Amino acid sequence: MSAQREGATQADALSHASRDNVGEIPYEPVFVGAVREELDALLGRYPNKMAALLPTLWMVQRERGWVSEEAMVEVAALLELTPAYVKGVVTFYTMYHQHPVGRYFIQVCTTSPCLACGADKVVESLLGQTGCGDLGATSPDGRFTVIEVECLGACGFATPIMVNDEVIESVTPEKVSQILTRFK
Amino acid sequence: MGYPHKSHPKETPILSKYFGEPQARTLDGWKERGGYRALQQALGMTPADIVNVVKESGLRGRGGAGFPTGMKWSFMKPGDGKAHYLCVNADESEPGTFKDREIMRWTPHALIEGTAIGAYAIGAEVAYIYIRGEFTEPLAVMENAVKEAYSAGLLGANAMGSGKRIDIHVHRGAGAYICGEETALMNSLEGRRGNPRIKPPFPAVAGLFGLPTTINNVETLAAVPHILINGAAWYKAMSLSSPKSTGTKLFSVCGNVTRPGNYEVTMGYPFKDFLYDMCGGPLPGRKFKAVIPGGSSVPIQSMEEAESTLMDYEGFVAKGSMLGSGGVIVFDDSQCMVRHIARLARFYAHESCAQCTQCREGTAWTTKIMERIEAGNGTMQDFDTLLEIGDNMTGKTICVLSDSCAVPVVSGLEKFRHEFEAHITGKRCPFRAAAAA
Repeated sequence: MSAQREGATQADALSHASRDNVGEIPYEPVFVGAVREELDALLGRYPNKMAALLPTLWMVQRERGWVSEEAMVEVAALLELTPAYVKGVVTFYTMYHQHPVGRYFIQVCTTSPCLACGADKVVESLLGQTGCGDLGATSPDGRFTVIEVECLGACGFATPIMVNDEVIESVTPEKVSQILTRFK
Repeated sequence: MGYPHKSHPKETPILSKYFGEPQARTLDGWKERGGYRALQQALGMTPADIVNVVKESGLRGRGGAGFPTGMKWSFMKPGDGKAHYLCVNADESEPGTFKDREIMRWTPHALIEGTAIGAYAIGAEVAYIYIRGEFTEPLAVMENAVKEAYSAGLLGANAMGSGKRIDIHVHRGAGAYICGEETALMNSLEGRRGNPRIKPPFPAVAGLFGLPTTINNVETLAAVPHILINGAAWYKAMSLSSPKSTGTKLFSVCGNVTRPGNYEVTMGYPFKDFLYDMCGGPLPGRKFKAVIPGGSSVPIQSMEEAESTLMDYEGFVAKGSMLGSGGVIVFDDSQCMVRHIARLARFYAHESCAQCTQCREGTAWTTKIMERIEAGNGTMQDFDTLLEIGDNMTGKTICVLSDSCAVPVVSGLEKFRHEFEAHITGKRCPFRAAAAA
């Protein structure tokens, strides 16, 4: 795809994104100031800009809590990609949130080794005590979202859960209420 | 050592010697423990000499396939005028496996040193350590250690004053089991969806960014400094049965066992002693029923098979399974094998990248049928259907994720058929029925 055509596609997508947000708060770019400098330093690690896509998306999620369509458009322009391409990558990986989630995003490992140690009971306890009710739903107070995750790679410490970036090992249903008090 | 437990006297702690010691994480602490002597030594050798030492040591890849490391390195042709790359596979995602996690958490400089030596040996100036997205703590520890190594001049344009450039960058994945497959890992590193690539071309010919690339597992690279310091003969001598399996291996143990954790043993150690003595045997009042010895992608072993196994590449194959990644999953007599096989099938269905039909459809159908049987709604014809789907999923796709889904189903049907049948004749799960009674 020529540079000119790519540019046009981005402009189209940008205007499309802004049409979807009539009456909403205008999109504030993520990559300004110190965050932009961080990205520029990151680009030096790779022979091309595309290779920086995953870390760039991580920066978006760190700054905004999720990766919106507008953010995908911004990232696409910065890395000289199309928004459709960026969306294709975002949707492939499970850890990029495509919609806002609770303040504390809880992932519970329920793959076979943890299941053998009672991970299903940990899920039940978390869904009940956070008020989320269902997997993937956010609690009414906006604090928690609970999902099942495929193998956290901490099988010897069943059941591991991940609260945002923190892994908590050896969780049992009995420990859940105590653990949750840490996350206001 | 058996972190989080104390080291067992029969372990051979080489890679795991400093697990649990926070000082070993720091550059100063690592140097006090002999760190970076091997890199210094390596930079005074020719790359070909390093490759030869590693070849002679018999070191084989610890990620799952067990390919001889020295031979893999020798595929990287010096003087071809192209940039070479080293990728470190730290995408440890195979259910049951958590050894690389501990290597990175406790001894990050061991990995940096092994990576730097590997990069120099294959003529690469740049190495990327690809860490799975969920490994936040290992990621932070590794990033900090890389920073320390740069500040001390161990890495960069003039690594350890050698005049050689060795750059190491840490790259975070974002949640995809398939990115542990080496070609998917390279695609992911390039900023693409993690779809595996058709081979050939092999990575040593056209890998990362289309250039010659070697991909090594964390544990493999962490062993390299020890081999350089102590010599190939020393490493080769650590072997209790087959001369084709040398050195020590970290085994992660999980599931229904008294002391889960990581244990480092010499290749060829008796699996029976390992399970009943080192790991403490079954929980009180329970009996072991089955073991998946090498991560979820290898065949399930009956206890009869497991108890007569010697723990090395050849030993596990001789007893109906594979060493794989060394992730030992233990199930006791309270566990329903049908439920676990159904759960593993669901894992593979979730993680399929979906580019091959046999995998995309096969993992989903297998899951549906397994869950139907587990719920008590299966028929005896389902067995033939499962085996036929399994056959169509094996050896017919770009990568082996599809095969890996068929493996627990086929081996489970062979070794635990009575449990499958009990679900169908009783129209419910006998284990759930017993628990409810």
